[in-house]
Amino acid sequence: MKNHYQFLIIGAGPAGLAAAATASKYGISCALLDEQPEPGGQIYRAIESIPEQREKLLGSEYQRGQALVDEFRASAAEYYPETRVWSLNDQKEAGVLHHGKTKMITADQILVASGAMERPVPFPGWTLPGVMQAGAGQILFKSAGVVPSDGVVLAGSGPLLLLLAWQYLHIGVEIKAMLDITPLSNYLTALPKLPKALLAHQYLTKGIAYQIDLKRAGITTKIGVSDLRAEGDGELQSIRFRHFGREQLIKTDVLLTHFGVIPHIWLTQAAGCKHQWDKSQQCWRPEHDDWGNTSIEGVMVAGDGAGIHGARSAEHAGRLVGLQALFALGVLTQAERDSQAMEDRKWMNTDRRIRPFLEAYFAIPKKMLATPDDDTIVCRCEEITSGQIRKAVKEGHEDSNQVKYFTRCGMGACQGRQCANAVAHIVDDAGGQEISAQSHYRGRPPVAPLALGQLADLYEEDAQ
Amino acid sequence: MFKQLANDEIETVTVILNGQEIQVPKGTTVAAIALSQGLRSTRTTPISNTKRAPFCMMGVCYDCLMVIDGKANQRACVTYVEQGMQVECQQGTGPSLGDAQ
Repeated sequence: MKNHYQFLIIGAGPAGLAAAATASKYGISCALLDEQPEPGGQIYRAIESIPEQREKLLGSEYQRGQALVDEFRASAAEYYPETRVWSLNDQKEAGVLHHGKTKMITADQILVASGAMERPVPFPGWTLPGVMQAGAGQILFKSAGVVPSDGVVLAGSGPLLLLLAWQYLHIGVEIKAMLDITPLSNYLTALPKLPKALLAHQYLTKGIAYQIDLKRAGITTKIGVSDLRAEGDGELQSIRFRHFGREQLIKTDVLLTHFGVIPHIWLTQAAGCKHQWDKSQQCWRPEHDDWGNTSIEGVMVAGDGAGIHGARSAEHAGRLVGLQALFALGVLTQAERDSQAMEDRKWMNTDRRIRPFLEAYFAIPKKMLATPDDDTIVCRCEEITSGQIRKAVKEGHEDSNQVKYFTRCGMGACQGRQCANAVAHIVDDAGGQEISAQSHYRGRPPVAPLALGQLADLYEEDAQ
Repeated sequence: MFKQLANDEIETVTVILNGQEIQVPKGTTVAAIALSQGLRSTRTTPISNTKRAPFCMMGVCYDCLMVIDGKANQRACVTYVEQGMQVECQQGTGPSLGDAQ
């Protein structure tokens, strides 16, 4: 690993892979760093090593990742797996931990392709062992062939829930129930956005095909579900919810929830890139232009880390950023960049036509985002409840960061990744600042675990 | 609970999970192994001593912290199994580095 690259890419998901393959064609020095041992990101996780049978079950959308990985492997880009980036600053310096060794790397152009994480939505009992996120269920299957053994309840909202149910159906995992918390009023708000979505109809037809398969197997989704609670003595034993006002209980030892995904912004936060609240996507995302440039010159974003648009769009956006990096480095002229970008921009815009509809249809109800039950733990690390946060707001702490300083909410091991959004919603709901006016939790390095000794190694190297 | 689907083609390594030697497929994370071995919880919290288990499986929630090769607070979901690896459930903040040596 060199000390300097012309183009440094963080994250080996579709955006990072496409950017690396595109830019490295032109003989620039280019490196891609990624935490996992194999390329693919979460979406194409384990694509190179997955047993054939498991790969078939994951379907063509997953297998698509192979071509992307092959193109990247054949490129001249240097690849450093099992590499953790623990800091990034506005001087385009990245703190890197690779096989236990710490290093600072500088670059002329940096792409942060950090991808998405599940939107954490606290509800009563969500900290119980046995309650996990749907994405976790998918990762367990993709990377290890591990699935629920005594049935599973799937609850929440969004396309991933349906996809996971369909995959579990084909593996033979018992689906005890599918609970959809999407408010029925969303159908109305989403309807005007449907005609445009029909222009990217492959997503809709796929979703309908999954529904039909599940229905044939006797699994019907309960719609209009609310007041979800996970219950059990020290671990999950049952879940309780309201279905059109009637309380119901299902015994289960695994509950997988999904409330959509949000950009993973801890690195761009740490670097000091400007972020904004995206009302439609219900999350913060880094501000960026059509070429992925953030508010810091030379720091770019692409893929779900820039705003949620899905894997296909990420691939196109990655190639666009690759071209932009080449332009910024003086390798391509503006006219060359623009003409080479035409195809990808066209396909990206076509692909994204589905988004306004999906965002409206699967919008999580405000009431749920504001964690109405005062006893629910919001900060999983410091074990701060929604009631404690509301109390802090009433006492005059009207911004997420103030609540953080006052309550320790968000100061635990996860650095606020699990509670940042929920706290902002609660502050807004409890009479504090509106969410769009609040600042996101300030992210500070190290944004990934780093031992003090490993940090000290940096200075030892300097001294030598 | 969870189970691992049968798969003959994968090489295995030996890890020691809570003192017990087990054969597990190579290329698997510690968290996936813990769950498929039937562990319902993998740690207790330092604040209220309540049980927790892996939640996100992608390194962002820090709820899967375990003691791996004597080192506390290791994210089991981003740590891959290795031959001879010692894995233990973590109680609270876990053993300090001094304890491990």
